[in-house]
Amino acid sequence: MPKDHGIGASQKRREDVRFLTGRGRYTDDINLPGQAHACFVRSQVAHGRLNGVDTAAAAAMPGVIRVFTGADFEGVGGLPCGWQVTDRHGQPMQEPGHPVLAQGKVRHVGDPIAVVVAETFEQARDAAEMVDVDITELDPVIDMKAALADGAPKVHDDLSSNLCYDWGFVEDNRAAVDEAIRNAHHVTTLELVNNRLVPNAMEPRVAVGDYNFATDDSTLYTTSQNPHVIRLLMGAFVLGIPEHKLRVVAPDVGGGFGSKIFHYAEEAFCTFAAKQLRRPVKWTCQRSESFITDAHGRDHVTKIELALDKEGHFQAIRTETYANMGAYLSTFAPSVPTWLHGTLMAGNYKTPLIYVNVKAVFTNTVPVDAYRGAGRPEATFQLERVIDKAAREMGIDPVEIRRRNFITEFPYATPVAVEYDTGDYHATLDKLLEIADVAGFDKRRAESAKRGKLRGLGLNCYIEACGIAPSQLVGQLGARAGLYESATVRVNATGGLVVMTGSHSHGQGHETSFAQVVADMIGIDENMVEIVHGDTANTPMGMGTYGSRSLAVGGSAMVRATEKIIAKAKKIAAHLMEASPDDIELKDGRFSVAGTDKSVAWGDVTLAAYVPHNYPLEEIEPGLEETAFYDPSNFTYPAGAYACEVEVDPDTGKVTICSFAAADDFGNIVNPMIVDGQVHGGLGQGIGQALLEGAAYDESGQLLTGSYMDYAMPRAGDLPSFTIDHSCQTPCTHNPLGVKGCGEAGAIGSPPAVVNAVVDALQRAGHSNVTHIDMPLTPSRVWAAMQG
Amino acid sequence: MSKIHVTTTVNGDPVEFLCEASESLLDVLRDRLSLTGSKEGCGTGDCGACSVTVGGRLVCSCLVLGAEVEGRSVETIEGMAEGETLHPLQRMFIKHAALQCGICTPGILVAAKSLLERNPDPTEEEVRYWLAGNLCRCTGYDKIIRAVLAAAAEMREAS
Ligand code: FES
Ligand code: FES
Repeated sequence: MPKDHGIGASQKRREDVRFLTGRGRYTDDINLPGQAHACFVRSQVAHGRLNGVDTAAAAAMPGVIRVFTGADFEGVGGLPCGWQVTDRHGQPMQEPGHPVLAQGKVRHVGDPIAVVVAETFEQARDAAEMVDVDITELDPVIDMKAALADGAPKVHDDLSSNLCYDWGFVEDNRAAVDEAIRNAHHVTTLELVNNRLVPNAMEPRVAVGDYNFATDDSTLYTTSQNPHVIRLLMGAFVLGIPEHKLRVVAPDVGGGFGSKIFHYAEEAFCTFAAKQLRRPVKWTCQRSESFITDAHGRDHVTKIELALDKEGHFQAIRTETYANMGAYLSTFAPSVPTWLHGTLMAGNYKTPLIYVNVKAVFTNTVPVDAYRGAGRPEATFQLERVIDKAAREMGIDPVEIRRRNFITEFPYATPVAVEYDTGDYHATLDKLLEIADVAGFDKRRAESAKRGKLRGLGLNCYIEACGIAPSQLVGQLGARAGLYESATVRVNATGGLVVMTGSHSHGQGHETSFAQVVADMIGIDENMVEIVHGDTANTPMGMGTYGSRSLAVGGSAMVRATEKIIAKAKKIAAHLMEASPDDIELKDGRFSVAGTDKSVAWGDVTLAAYVPHNYPLEEIEPGLEETAFYDPSNFTYPAGAYACEVEVDPDTGKVTICSFAAADDFGNIVNPMIVDGQVHGGLGQGIGQALLEGAAYDESGQLLTGSYMDYAMPRAGDLPSFTIDHSCQTPCTHNPLGVKGCGEAGAIGSPPAVVNAVVDALQRAGHSNVTHIDMPLTPSRVWAAMQG
Repeated sequence: MSKIHVTTTVNGDPVEFLCEASESLLDVLRDRLSLTGSKEGCGTGDCGACSVTVGGRLVCSCLVLGAEVEGRSVETIEGMAEGETLHPLQRMFIKHAALQCGICTPGILVAAKSLLERNPDPTEEEVRYWLAGNLCRCTGYDKIIRAVLAAAAEMREAS
């Protein structure tokens, strides 16, 4: 029986009514009295020396309040990078400055040079056209390998080269891995590209800065996944505003997918300019602008080698990856190709020896940072692709070769520094074979063939590390932040609760699922619980939402805070019933004394807490409000198996997804309906990556895919209905909810399934030379592959 | 430059406003009439977040001038529910959780309503193609399609 309330129930999302009726309040819906509008003047060249910016003509345009340039920001800090990676030789990465507005040089198309603030956006935009920028164009570096060649132009003159770091993981394993590959029975090698993506949350970024001179308080309204992080980074590192004088509000946010984690120049600008001008300053990103300013994702070029013994057991893996950082280090960029990627190279398999090498490279392109999955899709893609290739080369069934190598005993310490707490990879694979009706594939393939179509089946497994992250561990790995989460549970006198969380919801439905958890613990109706998030003024310091961490880490903080509430409430109840706190039981919102018929209601206790006439004041304080910070002891490890069936049109190379099935193990599940949606969304983005999306630069550094006319987003007609299942559940062993996180799985697990399916279709049709096609699998690429 | 005076109907209410000749209907709705339910996802007619109907016809309000709606009738997401009674599409979107961040949702609902007015019994494929002009980055469309089909079924039964 499906549950109808509490943990495990598919509660309807309470946030939906406001969104469905046009009553959401997103940042762009906020307009403050006296607000001025900002328009950025951006570099139109990829690389150039900035000789001067003449703002006189612009300043004289109607409605212009002020024109800002880099000179205004000379005394201001640069945008900080939140993660320092140490290279193979024990040296810190090369870390360039990242000015709010360009200083001396421009380094990518879109790099901000000046900002016009005017009475209206149209006036600001017209005046921005009049800003005269004097730039001497320099040769850009766009291709990563060219950027590392001797004598290549340098993106940052003060660095020794365009190499940010050369990372080896685990460096001590290198010789043993080389040796194992040299001596292996069989080595499968695959070179591939993990295509560069533009996140494209449907809500463009917006920032509104406000300043109150009477109190010296600054407020920033921004489209962020983590308002506290922005407050800390912008306040402490850029503008020098202490946290108690800076409030950051991220109201309803229209999707993030990673791109709204980072601290961007426009946020600092609007906060700064509001103080300078004593007026609110608003900036709304145009879509064409978001393509050249939002941090992009992926962009890895990889060679992977898999060594196998004659039974197909994996012996060793060696990878070499070039990872594009773009022109500057975005907030968490260095961590993505390293700690979020190298640590997942074991996948679901018992490979004893692994060595991962990553060279992070500066180029004259938009910065690259975390995008849904962040490093883990890149790891999964190469591993699951090379396994498929190896299976084919060795004549082993792709399901069988995976089974032969599955990790089956837990906890399991991989050779790449993580310890999987729990999992059952055979179970998700079995479930997948069932829901995807793999047994019926041959019949469907014959039907496709009758219609002249080439059908293929691709499947793969995946594992990810979520619930980011144990603070001390990530501190050792170079994180400049802790990655705990927080919650304050405030119980009101009449029994209702407000839960203030440091997590942020921008589509994940926290207002519903978080309330289910707290209500379930106390045994009250969900409607008695309100979830507050997104405003640093009324939530405890939290690290926000990304890395599928909100329920695993933020939810755990909420559980801990609620446990404290319950413990205190039991003491109050014990006093009211003249019993010992140890004998008090809480069930369905009533406290009772074990073994008696004495009981008091939840509301009686909460009222006593705030009207403490009959109350143990000598033992406990009045009131009922508790805060907890939860720092996880490990990552969580969601895992699963995905299958995709495609039809390829042999005449055009067009790929149609016929079906897609996903069997995931997310541990315990609070709201299955919300989890379904998270998986669907991830699948949409993963299939988009595999078939449609790809950011392309020309050699001069112009983004060729800078609009929806050129960058192919998945549309309703491009995607199938999904078949998904998350009934295989091995609860996480180290957080109180036993949950693992589900937000990124779909994006991580689906690209290899699609590519495996297309290669399978072509192989079965006799194109035995086609062992790989780089994403996106556009008709022209697939057609070219078929031509040999 | 002098502004243009426009008299029109929005969600059944007579409305007057002044706007620039170059101002889009979307900007008029959002900035002059405080109807912020319609969203701008691109400003170029490629995402459908700004979908409204003008004279019963589905349009991207970012591509229509405010001045063009003189004497016409404009319907936006704010007019979809009757008071607090949600439209069947809105109810089905809740039932199927056919939205996540909600930013694309107003446009998708307006577009879906327009589809069902023309075709009360669409196939899945017809729904997918009709909504192909509306980008959603969160949901993978699966539940949106199911919700529209469910609403269509319910509306057919009711009529
Ligand atoms: S905003 Fe009008 S179609 Fe995108
Ligand atoms: S629900 Fe977020 S874009 Fe559709």
